Amino acid sequence: MKVNFEHLQAAHCENGVTTNLLKTIGIRNMTEPMVFGIGSGLFFIYIPLLKINNGPAIAFRTQPGLIFKRTCKSLGIPVVRKKFSSKQEAEKFLMECLEQGHPVGCQVGVYYLSYFPKEYRFHFNAHNLIVYGREGDTFLVSDPVMENVTTLSAYELERVRFAKGALAPRGQVYYPKERRVITDDQIRKAIVTGVKRNVRDMLRIPGGFAGVKGIAYTGRKIKKWRDKLGPHKAGLYLAQLVRMQEEIGTGGGGFRYIYGAFLQQAHAFHPIDALMNISQTFTQAGDLWRTAAVQAAGIYKGRIGSQEDYNTMGDYLIEISEIERKAFEALSTIKWRS
Amino acid sequence: MKKENIPQDPSALDKFTKEVCYAVDSSGNYVTELSRGWEVKATALDVAWKDIEQRIAAARQKVLNKEASPLLFFMELRLMDAGIVSAYTGFWKWQVKRHLQPAVFEKLSEKKLQQYAAAFNVSITELKTMEVHEG
Repeated sequence: MKVNFEHLQAAHCENGVTTNLLKTIGIRNMTEPMVFGIGSGLFFIYIPLLKINNGPAIAFRTQPGLIFKRTCKSLGIPVVRKKFSSKQEAEKFLMECLEQGHPVGCQVGVYYLSYFPKEYRFHFNAHNLIVYGREGDTFLVSDPVMENVTTLSAYELERVRFAKGALAPRGQVYYPKERRVITDDQIRKAIVTGVKRNVRDMLRIPGGFAGVKGIAYTGRKIKKWRDKLGPHKAGLYLAQLVRMQEEIGTGGGGFRYIYGAFLQQAHAFHPIDALMNISQTFTQAGDLWRTAAVQAAGIYKGRIGSQEDYNTMGDYLIEISEIERKAFEALSTIKWRS
Repeated sequence: MKKENIPQDPSALDKFTKEVCYAVDSSGNYVTELSRGWEVKATALDVAWKDIEQRIAAARQKVLNKEASPLLFFMELRLMDAGIVSAYTGFWKWQVKRHLQPAVFEKLSEKKLQQYAAAFNVSITELKTMEVHEG
């Protein structure tokens, strides 16, 4: 059994799942950047004390699940979302959805995801894919970060849907409930909502660990890593930062390029010149994130490693923080005409 | 980033897929392009795995020295912390930590050992000897 479905590769899994699921209900003009922007996907947080894989906990985008939720809400699309305590129930519900013709988004862990390269399989439980059919014991899977569709056996799918640990998916499935027609006017409004919410998240979030302030905070921390952690561990921490920033699924530059693309596409709906200029500022931020990654690589490869090199690294982040602050402040002063 | 600057370096993804990158074309418009990988992040991943291998080797040595139970070795091998082991086995985190002591581990019942063996995807014999046969 196979539901009519079109696989389109994306940079980021949740963007891709959202875009591809929206296509299944007839909404064909939502691109990955649009979904990312309307879902206010851009973020930064460095959670002190918490360790992930023995390194710092850093994220460049918003909390998993929110991009799909916010995008559907902004566009007025009802959503079905369900978690399960029983594996049998979870599979039964999935089969019912497929029988009714709904491809289904699933939250999964990547540790047991058999079609991923071993090097990428950590205990990360907030990956997303779409199941669009079943043939015998094999489920047909569209993983948006893969070029082509793939498959998982029933056992493999169950194992990744019931991965354990932080953010355990508990068999979570979700899909848009019914076909909707959305108007350009709805999209215009959704863009404004998405931008304003992202301005709030990046500029006005309380505390110093998140948003643009969090980036500068991380920069200041990095300057102390060499003395505090020793060169070996400091190198590992920097490698973890780069992995979070540039790993598969970010579109490069810690999602900053995707956001730049979003502002360009938003311009087609809101012909305001400032959007194009601010898009360039995000390109600049993404470029500087990558420059910082090259500096970090110099350190974790052992090519450089003096305190001066750590200071340069930290200063890059402080500079990025300032660029992104200006970009979001510019976004917050836009006069939307609608 | 300019489209022509998207890196095309060898990476762990090579046999599996290429990844989508966003970049600007010559007229400043955002486009997508597939990338093989970027040496900077391939190295970041290498650094992470080298550290994991060192941790596994250090854990093995600790077990051989009777400073820790084989649990430690398998936790490093499977990249699991006590929280993840607890979630997969159903033991409390404090129990997992206690079972890291060789003397306590040696007295565990077959049933409890089986819970660990299942979580690590090995047999009880492999669990006790740290000799894992994987393809």
